[in-house]
Amino acid sequence: MDDLYREVIIEHYKNPSHRGKLDPHDISFADNNPLCGDHIQIDLRIDSDGLVADARFDGHGCAISQASADMLVESIIGKPLEEVKKLNKESVLELLGIDLGPVRLKCALLSLKVLKAGVYGLGEASDELVE
Amino acid sequence: MKLNLTEIRKDFPILERETRAGVRLIYLDSTATSQKPLSVITAMDDFYRRSNANIHRGVHTLAEESTALYEGAREKIAKFINASSARQIIYTRNTTESINLVAYSWARANLKQDDLVILTEMEHHSNLVPWHMLHAERGIELEFIPVTEEGLLDLETYKILLSRNPKLVSFTHMSNVLGTINPAAQIIRLGHEAGAVVLVDGAQSVPHFAVDVQSLDADFYAFSSHKMCGPTGIGVLYGKATLLESMPPFLGGGDMIKEVKLRSFRPNTLPHKFEAGTPAIAEAIGFGAAVDYLNGIGMDNIAAHEHEITEYALERMEEIPGVKLFGPSADKKGGVAAFTLEGVHPHDVAQILDRDGIAVRAGHHCAQPLHEKFGIQATSRASFYMYNTKDEVDLLVNGIYKVKKMFG
Repeated sequence: MDDLYREVIIEHYKNPSHRGKLDPHDISFADNNPLCGDHIQIDLRIDSDGLVADARFDGHGCAISQASADMLVESIIGKPLEEVKKLNKESVLELLGIDLGPVRLKCALLSLKVLKAGVYGLGEASDELVE
Repeated sequence: MKLNLTEIRKDFPILERETRAGVRLIYLDSTATSQKPLSVITAMDDFYRRSNANIHRGVHTLAEESTALYEGAREKIAKFINASSARQIIYTRNTTESINLVAYSWARANLKQDDLVILTEMEHHSNLVPWHMLHAERGIELEFIPVTEEGLLDLETYKILLSRNPKLVSFTHMSNVLGTINPAAQIIRLGHEAGAVVLVDGAQSVPHFAVDVQSLDADFYAFSSHKMCGPTGIGVLYGKATLLESMPPFLGGGDMIKEVKLRSFRPNTLPHKFEAGTPAIAEAIGFGAAVDYLNGIGMDNIAAHEHEITEYALERMEEIPGVKLFGPSADKKGGVAAFTLEGVHPHDVAQILDRDGIAVRAGHHCAQPLHEKFGIQATSRASFYMYNTKDEVDLLVNGIYKVKKMFG
């Protein structure tokens, strides 16, 4: 619990390295967390080898949602899309390095849901995507 | 009379608990739901230990006892809001269901396409969505009394809207976000002069100050037990007898009928006409005990204490750089302090306060349009009841400074 706001999370929240939009992009998807109105958009560029050439996130919300989005986006650059598809809840928690209760887990996983919904070309970022 | 906080706090066992080892609970979320005094917990416990039986039909001792307790609670609640008779107290699940009862029964029998319903911009979703649904279903028209920058209803615009022949005015007596106490008697009188029926959402008012439905002249008045020291799962719709009698039943089933044939039924009399199926019996009894508890302290004493705490809280919170408070000054509001802290999301504020045992709510508090009006997604909200102390306000203020330091 005391780790929840460890410095690295606050740092990613206050000074995100990958906030913004990509234009042009190959994939773009956005969704909300209906519980608290957090909003995340993720844009990706994919190169001819199927690797993530560049990625950005944009949106608003709590420190957990925004920091996890920044860390997630940072972590997938240079990775094959097939590997991105395999990311799950544990991948995000590993990035954050903290344990989360059920409410804040939703904040942390919003960016992964948006990312996977975008990569799979789905209309909605559902919970099943991150199980 | 000044409240004896030491004695009152002893009545609420939960206030003794720690949220983590060595961290005592500071409960500042009574607007979401209040804590329960021992007398309420005991009343429900006693019922299940001694009297539990279904109501209204049995002739055995327990059935008689439980019926008497269930109906006795209704009498207490009627007196509490000065209804002229207990038949006008319809048990529901909560305020939301009470408003839905009016929307399904009264409104579907009385409103047609293009009929105007006036709401306000400060409504809880429970007094918005039922009307959105009716708008989608039969094209009723919705208009909203605007909220001023200060957080009050713009009554001049209300008067203009009234010239359009509204059929219903439905508004909250007290805002769950801004804390604004609306001039209910005036809003109702103006609505009646324009020929409208008036429904009041009293979820936040009945728990915190004396409400007299007859002197207000409300047509319908809705409130919940769980925000006024009672259990969850039970609420009330008060209605004028003539209106309730003219309305078709809401849910069909047992207890709401006088007679059933294979292909027809005759509805029961008030209040049973609107109470289909086995109700929340223990909860009704707990609700009655909550009313006894509030009467024992005195609603005017509770209101005076909350006013003092709120005034102090607003004063202290205003001093914190980066804190922005929403809603009017303490003399125009109840015990609610919704705020934002610059650079920190309200969820983070609430989470960090929770480490010190301080329970506040964060989010849009089921009033998304109101937050949009003020250009924000969410607020943190501290709210107060008769058991809160100035010391707890100080701890909240210290906690907010801690949050600032962390995100500094």
